[in-house]
Amino acid sequence: MSYDIYSQVQMMKAVLGLEDGTVIKGTGFGAEGTACGELVFTTQFTGYEEALTDPSYKGQILMFTYPLIGNYGVSGERFQSDNIHAEGLVVREACKKPYHYKSARSIHKFLEDEGKPGIEGVDTRMLTIGAREHGTMRAALITGSDDGEEAVDVARNFPQITDEELIALVTCKEPRFIPGAEGAWKGSGKPKHAVVVDLGIKRNIINNLHKRGIDLTLVPATTKPKEIAGYEPDLLFVSNGPGDPEKATDAINAVKAFAGTIPVAGICFGHQIISLAMGARTYKLKFGHRGGNQPVKDLVENRIFISSQNHGYAVDADSLEGTGLYVKYLNANDKTVEGVSHKDLDIFSVQFHPEAQAGPMDTEETFFGKVVKVLGGDL
Amino acid sequence: MPKREDIKKVLLIGSGPITIGQAAEFDFSGSQACRSLKEEGVQVVLVNSNPATIMTDPEMADSVYIEPLDARIIEKIIEKERPDGIIAGIGGQTGLNITSELAEMGVFEKYGVQILGTPVEAIKNTEDRELFKETMLRIGEKVPLSKAVHSLKEAEEVVEELGLPLIIRPAYTLGGAGGGIARTKEELLEITERGLRRSRINQVLIEESVLGWAEVEYEVMRDANDTCIVICNMENIDPMGVHTGESAVVAPSQTLTDEEHQMLRSASIKIIRALKIEGGCNIQYALKEGDYRIVEVNPRVSRSSALASKATGYPIARVTAKIAIGMTLDEIINNVTMSTPASFEPALDYVITKIPRWPFDKFTTADKTLTTAMKSTGEIMAIGRTIEESLLKAFKSLDIDSQLGIKRWEEPEIKTLLKTPTSERLFVIFHALERGMSVKEIAELSNINPFFITKIKRIVDMEKRIRTEELTPDFLREVKKMGFPDSRLAELTGKKREEISDLRHAAGILATFKMVDTCAAEFQAATPYYYSTYEDTCETNPTDRKKILILGAGPIRIGQGIEFDYCTVHAVTALREEGIETHIINNNPETVSTDFDTSDKLFFEPLTMEYVMNVIECERPYGVLVQFGGQTSVNLALPLKKELKRRTDLDTVIMGTDPEDMDLAEDREKFYLLMQKLGIPQPEGGYATSQQEAIEVAQRIGFPVLVRPSYVLGGRAMEIVYDEIDLERYMKEAVRVSPEHPILIDDFLEAACEIDVDAVCDRKDVLIGAIMEHIEEAGVHSGDSACVIPPQSLSPEVLDQVRDYTRKIALGLRVKGLINIQMAEKGGKVFVLEANPRSSRTIPFVSKAVGLPLAKIAAKVIAGHSLKDLGYTDEPKPKHVSIKEVLLPFDKLPGADPVLGPEMKSTGEVMGIDYDFGRAYYKAELAADNLLPLTGKVFLSIREADKPELVEAARKLQAAGLELMGTRGTVNYLAQHGIFMDTVKKVHDGSPNVIDMMRRDEVDLIINTPTSKQSRKDGYRIRRAAVDFKVPYITTIQAAVAAADAIETMKKGQDLTIKSINEYHKEMEQ
Repeated sequence: MSYDIYSQVQMMKAVLGLEDGTVIKGTGFGAEGTACGELVFTTQFTGYEEALTDPSYKGQILMFTYPLIGNYGVSGERFQSDNIHAEGLVVREACKKPYHYKSARSIHKFLEDEGKPGIEGVDTRMLTIGAREHGTMRAALITGSDDGEEAVDVARNFPQITDEELIALVTCKEPRFIPGAEGAWKGSGKPKHAVVVDLGIKRNIINNLHKRGIDLTLVPATTKPKEIAGYEPDLLFVSNGPGDPEKATDAINAVKAFAGTIPVAGICFGHQIISLAMGARTYKLKFGHRGGNQPVKDLVENRIFISSQNHGYAVDADSLEGTGLYVKYLNANDKTVEGVSHKDLDIFSVQFHPEAQAGPMDTEETFFGKVVKVLGGDL
Repeated sequence: MPKREDIKKVLLIGSGPITIGQAAEFDFSGSQACRSLKEEGVQVVLVNSNPATIMTDPEMADSVYIEPLDARIIEKIIEKERPDGIIAGIGGQTGLNITSELAEMGVFEKYGVQILGTPVEAIKNTEDRELFKETMLRIGEKVPLSKAVHSLKEAEEVVEELGLPLIIRPAYTLGGAGGGIARTKEELLEITERGLRRSRINQVLIEESVLGWAEVEYEVMRDANDTCIVICNMENIDPMGVHTGESAVVAPSQTLTDEEHQMLRSASIKIIRALKIEGGCNIQYALKEGDYRIVEVNPRVSRSSALASKATGYPIARVTAKIAIGMTLDEIINNVTMSTPASFEPALDYVITKIPRWPFDKFTTADKTLTTAMKSTGEIMAIGRTIEESLLKAFKSLDIDSQLGIKRWEEPEIKTLLKTPTSERLFVIFHALERGMSVKEIAELSNINPFFITKIKRIVDMEKRIRTEELTPDFLREVKKMGFPDSRLAELTGKKREEISDLRHAAGILATFKMVDTCAAEFQAATPYYYSTYEDTCETNPTDRKKILILGAGPIRIGQGIEFDYCTVHAVTALREEGIETHIINNNPETVSTDFDTSDKLFFEPLTMEYVMNVIECERPYGVLVQFGGQTSVNLALPLKKELKRRTDLDTVIMGTDPEDMDLAEDREKFYLLMQKLGIPQPEGGYATSQQEAIEVAQRIGFPVLVRPSYVLGGRAMEIVYDEIDLERYMKEAVRVSPEHPILIDDFLEAACEIDVDAVCDRKDVLIGAIMEHIEEAGVHSGDSACVIPPQSLSPEVLDQVRDYTRKIALGLRVKGLINIQMAEKGGKVFVLEANPRSSRTIPFVSKAVGLPLAKIAAKVIAGHSLKDLGYTDEPKPKHVSIKEVLLPFDKLPGADPVLGPEMKSTGEVMGIDYDFGRAYYKAELAADNLLPLTGKVFLSIREADKPELVEAARKLQAAGLELMGTRGTVNYLAQHGIFMDTVKKVHDGSPNVIDMMRRDEVDLIINTPTSKQSRKDGYRIRRAAVDFKVPYITTIQAAVAAADAIETMKKGQDLTIKSINEYHKEMEQ
């Protein structure tokens, strides 16, 4: 039995079970309940508010390798969507008494308000090494209980959400028009219009397009090409999102329909979808890239940028042959594809997150500047 | 871009002696740079005046020059060596300043030397405060409002504009030297005057105060391809107003949101690009509620970059050197993972805490307030999984008596100490919380983020629980997980440390080791770099090989400097050569020993019994070496031996000299008996545990006597006592210093010549490294005295006597390994003062002077070789003269009296080598920043007892063409001997006196020897003024005589010899 040293009240039990039978006990925080999903880790030491609300984490239990999470509280200013999308949170220590002039609540309260369970007091480094060596695993996080057997059982048997369902959970229900920031469009003619296929888009991608004066229409994941054409877009943009890109069939079809007619761009999941639509293949990485320190090499400029990343799948470099796409960015660590461009057409996409939030902003101008450029704007 | 083919030979400039603001970090970065360049097949020429460094080992570079870091001398080296390029950013501020000076002199153009890496332009743009401000404003970055001034009048005008308080920063100085915070106009003028003197370009910047803002640092790298990466950020616990080197620091930042972190990260990249820096760079920010100011940019490796390297595992200096020769970050392999490139940003999965180590125990009169100028001598780093664990380990690593919860303060004092930062503030916060002061109130008084105070409160609250609750296995696990050392649990529960340890073992609560791998476990890493914590899995994977653990020396402090790290590194190297798996435990982030590729495994841990035992339990080494890490590890020797004996489950042994024999040498009485048995004379002495006893002993011996507590470092609390009253006062102070050990009282041999010997013994033979003759007489701490090899004034008979005693003592103490013996000669008779069967601070100096790697030889002897096997039997006979001179920190410690005594005060050392005493001494003084004038005026004020010796020296100085002047007594005395000169008023007689003359730059050398302790106010003011106005000064008559010799030799017009130590050593073989 352990005590909270502030209030001397008994603390909530919690247990994490993995599909390989690993059981980790800790202290629960946030909501009481059960979370199921893939256990994934991110190496970023700031940005928990952004990560938790990133829809790409849908269906995943998020673990931070940095041991202290919640130090500066939660402000709400940098949410990437309206809610927490990660299924649960695993940390070494969650900070109960945050201090920051913007903090509105603690991470405990945040999880509690959002009905998500968290576990702390965990040897997260051991779990990270496990993921590195054995690949990503299914996991169950139960708060209010320390029944390890049950947790493992749930981890092995929870009903798998299909990837189609995953996307349905995070995409917008109805099309939504967002006008570009007034007077922000730089270039000749009136502001351009982009249709954005929303597969769980991060708010800061919208912000980045918006602040450059581009009008946006966000459309649901299942929107058909004909309907998109009805919006008369100048650009088709495919967003980030969770799961296996091969299952985003409508989005793939949309890209196929517009490639070569208008510029097409995408980020992360969108990048995978664009590559698939052009005839490339994707595959699942052993444990993915999640963090704010990933080096990508711009093969054209021959320079390295540090990027924010969050992806479990990648585009197969060999499969790009014959698609017209070439590798523009390579991950300097494991040499996986981090971005492609088309040799003739205005089609380009990046696997990393130039919009950051969380993470470094080194590639923001390069990527979004290019979006403006293909739309005929001035840099 | 691959490496440049036109760069075949590179000159590296080291940072010179250890001083406040510049510690071992540049040895760490310099030796990394040497290795890095050699890996690429580039020839390295190295210059450094500090012999106690790994970088000046003859095998580190192709040619190693131990010469003064003086532009004219370096020009001669360039003329001789003709390097293709020079790397400026490795040798700290010293290296940077000399590079700028050489560039201004046109030396690089003359000899076709390219400046590699960061261009001189970038140095100017950061160091010249006005240019820096302009550059920052041009790229749209915010700096505090400020004005560069060149006179006091201009300074006064600034007050009107910017108001008070104001920050004063001199251009081109080290560790903020000469700067400060002015709260009044008077303070402003005083600091500005001092600062203008210090600045190389007579400029100070007066700056708007951002006191109380949070201070955050970023370590950034850039290559010629414009790839920029951020190695790590660090957050100071102390807010702005305390120099970052003086602040407790955590890494990574703890209280910054992603928004704030990315804002500063992006600014850092913008800045390093604008300044076109190639290599590493450190940027400091003040941050408040989303707004920030750039405080400082250091376009070079720094103390912070050394900390960042150790904090992350990323070798900043190694990569900087490769960037300098044209390589790009993506071409350089990250030698942590061995598979990924250096172009990544490290991710941490632990918390780093750095706490500085201050010398205030040595300088009781110095001002202990922490300001924008550095006062600390070294630092420690601790690694934990939480702030609490990291902090608790940091406190343990400091190796100071006043641990958490020991010292107490009273109410009004607490508030003052919370408001004004001092070296004790963290302890005060702890105590204030214990007394029930709220986090809010402490945060308001101190401006420290409540986040950190809350963490300390958690420790305080937990201590309360430990005091009252039973230590059940579950509770014990919880407190260990929080980071409490067994020793503190013992204090809180009234149990013995051993009992806590046994309880822990019975419950299976054992330390687990985690790896520092730069990537938070994302990739498999090859770094053998570990820290302990209490979690589920341990990552050390012990091998079956024969293993030896070496205890390091901990933080650099006065009395225990970089010399012991040097010895540690040599011992490791020697054992690894023997095929033994060698591990190090240490906690000093600045050093070479804590570079993870120095040893087979590095344990970054506090140097206390528990943490050492944790490593032993995990790795089960064959043996432990305790004699290389100075007093810190020696103090652990005997307790560790006892603990190993108690722990029957472990068969690890202590190797080398037996701790019991080490103890015998430290134990006054036992040692006295041994000397009697060996027939070796000692000054008369005795010991006392009470005041009464002390007086009796002193009366028996006769005043003056030398008194000191046993078991201390660097002669702490050692004094020469002239009468009974003085002795009574001393007894009150000394007993507090070391309550468990008696006071030692010795006959003080007045005007004796002191001798040091370093030797290695294998219990059969004794290899004498060298006999050193001290320049200052006995009574000045041996660590503060200049000394010379070979001895200049000792007769062959005396030297033979010294050799004979050395052999007898080494064999008598059954030494296996190193021994240092201090002796004194008076009237042809040799007395033994003390013997230290362990590494000494002169080992590196001796090794470089005579070309024998003594610490390595000792380690091989300990590993089982005999001196005969190794081929080391004869004492080397150098043809050159080597002089060690010390560096005193008085210029960094306003208020401290710049005088030498039995208590050690120097922070570092330099070496001067040449073919005669005069030139070697001249070089040594030049290297110690005490330029002996060859023309101009010398001021003499000499105490009565020294006057006879002065005559000859004064005559030499006058003959050399120097103009003499002095105070009345000195002038009259010399007149009687036919030397005539002007009289200058004593300070208390009013103006114009010598201080006025110093202020007007009319004096070129001050020779002032202090009178007895009570009546030296006048002398104090003169010496202090010499320090503050940067006038060369001498405070002992022996040094005055040596200086006169040196000036005389130099005036004869002989050139200083420019030779590498490799060449000097080669000559000895012939």
